[in-house]
Amino acid sequence: MNTTSVNTGKFYGFRLPQLDSGLVRGFIRLVALPLVGILAFLLLWSVTAQNIDTSLGKFPGPSAVLEQFDALYGEHQRSREKEQAFYERQEARNAKRVAEDPGYEPKIRAYTGKETFIDQIVTSLITVMSGFLLAVLIAIPLGIAVGLSKTLNSAVNPIIQIFKPVSPLAWLPLVTMVVSALYTTPDPIVAKSFLNSMITVTLCCLWPMVINTAVGVAGIDNDLVNVSKVLRLPALRHVQKIVLPASVPMIFTGMRLSLGVAWMVLIAAEMLAQNPGLGKFVWDEFQNGSSDSLARIMAAVLVIGFIGFLLDRGMLALQKLVSWDNTATQ
Amino acid sequence: MSVLLDISHIDMEFPTPKGPFTALRDVDLKIAQGEFVSLIGHSGCGKSTVLNVVAGLYQATRGGVILNGKEVTEPGPERAVVFQNHSLLPWLTAYQNVELAVKQVFGSSKSRAEMRDWIEHNLDLVHMSHAMHKRPGEISGGMKQRVGIARALSMQPKVLLMDEPFGALDALTRAHMQDSLMEIQAELNNTVIMITHDVDEAVLLSDRIVMMTNGPAATIGEILSVDLERPRHRLELADDPLYNQYRAKVLKFLHERHSKPDVPARKALPDKADTPVTSKPEVQEETVDNAA
Repeated sequence: MNTTSVNTGKFYGFRLPQLDSGLVRGFIRLVALPLVGILAFLLLWSVTAQNIDTSLGKFPGPSAVLEQFDALYGEHQRSREKEQAFYERQEARNAKRVAEDPGYEPKIRAYTGKETFIDQIVTSLITVMSGFLLAVLIAIPLGIAVGLSKTLNSAVNPIIQIFKPVSPLAWLPLVTMVVSALYTTPDPIVAKSFLNSMITVTLCCLWPMVINTAVGVAGIDNDLVNVSKVLRLPALRHVQKIVLPASVPMIFTGMRLSLGVAWMVLIAAEMLAQNPGLGKFVWDEFQNGSSDSLARIMAAVLVIGFIGFLLDRGMLALQKLVSWDNTATQ
Repeated sequence: MSVLLDISHIDMEFPTPKGPFTALRDVDLKIAQGEFVSLIGHSGCGKSTVLNVVAGLYQATRGGVILNGKEVTEPGPERAVVFQNHSLLPWLTAYQNVELAVKQVFGSSKSRAEMRDWIEHNLDLVHMSHAMHKRPGEISGGMKQRVGIARALSMQPKVLLMDEPFGALDALTRAHMQDSLMEIQAELNNTVIMITHDVDEAVLLSDRIVMMTNGPAATIGEILSVDLERPRHRLELADDPLYNQYRAKVLKFLHERHSKPDVPARKALPDKADTPVTSKPEVQEETVDNAA
């Protein structure tokens, strides 16, 4: 360490070389310390895991989970190969029958293999994003209307306040029954289970977004509203030019909150309703009860956490992109 | 001298839980084309209320405002307002802030290129051309106020209303802004109503100074015509006996009001005359609520 230089960078009492001391500090804060934290967690985990005996064997440590990640990926690839082979066989068979009998119309049957871990991840992601986007489409216009009109606010507020604390899982049985009753097309575009999960996600996303949007809209600086009045902006232009941009920070705060809750709720809903997705994967493994099950569930837990983290970062990045103030923080 | 704006015997009452609160009583003022009028008075005397009535943001309870023979019933760009705290849209650049106004006012009568020239011309007028693509968060308080003035001027208002435009600025910046405003005024000869707390500012800028009595039920106490030649220079005026006479008159009026506030209903509204806020009715209503 350079101790002769006066103006050295200091970090926790250490003296670092003046040259790129900022870089070093940034490296420590952003890379080294998180790594230390992760390593400490892994150590604690593996030590604890060895001391827990369950009816399905020892609690999985990091290495067992890593193994299962590999196994799950392998299963996925094998399943894809099987699927491809299935379609090739079917095609060949159909070609043959057509050659024998030109009048024959070939039937295409879909591959019905079990969904792999990766398929379940994709299903969950599609479900959460669809439910979230549906909620955005409903909640933001509603929030703006409620924020702009005190009358509407008084009328809608009790309903919001009562439904906000309800766990969306309580809605799940109702949603399931209503979807079964109303969604009765012979040729469904999407599965009923997908609709159930998606609507449950929408219901839980709705309230934080409506409330935050309404609060943001109602809290617009009165002077800005007066500017709009002096300019005689028509109602739609007033919303577009003043209301919407002014409440963007609050809207995005609501969206981030919602998406975080939505992801947690979705997993629970999938477990409860046996709808395809990561939740079903966890439940299936639990019911399966093999010696690998716990490690596979742990792998799923890590993936769920990591995806939740990525979703939040994605929203944060989006918020930073569209926000004019600097409220978008960690 | 023809009357452009006639503030005709306006009363202003605000409903409160304790019954109507009379902010203004019988405010009557006629303003000619090209005249620069200052409203001066203690905090809470209803200066801003007068301005807001002229702007159309409030409706007078009795009496009315007539601009060019037409009664004012709603806000509009022909009575542009420069707000005390600039009120620029923080997510737009200086240029875009002015553009919003220009598009709204001249969207149908000017071409795209003409509008761009007009926006740039107005920003140039307030010496903001160099920073026109910066957002309000990136420029100083004085610069923000300049943009606010450019936005108001860009609407080509018949009357320019300024609500303590330089109140939030430091003394040095304020002096610069006053000089800029006189420069612009010499060029455009706008009709201006400006609210101020600052006696020097009032004498320096105005053709007439309207001194308001203390509220509630505030009204016009005295009107002082300032017959100083233009262009005026603050340094030369400092030694001008006439200037100092005007200054003394306004000071004396304010001082008398301060020591003997003629407020009959003052007990109903404690602390109101001392509250260092402008007389926006929301504030007054809140004071009443708190007292109740």
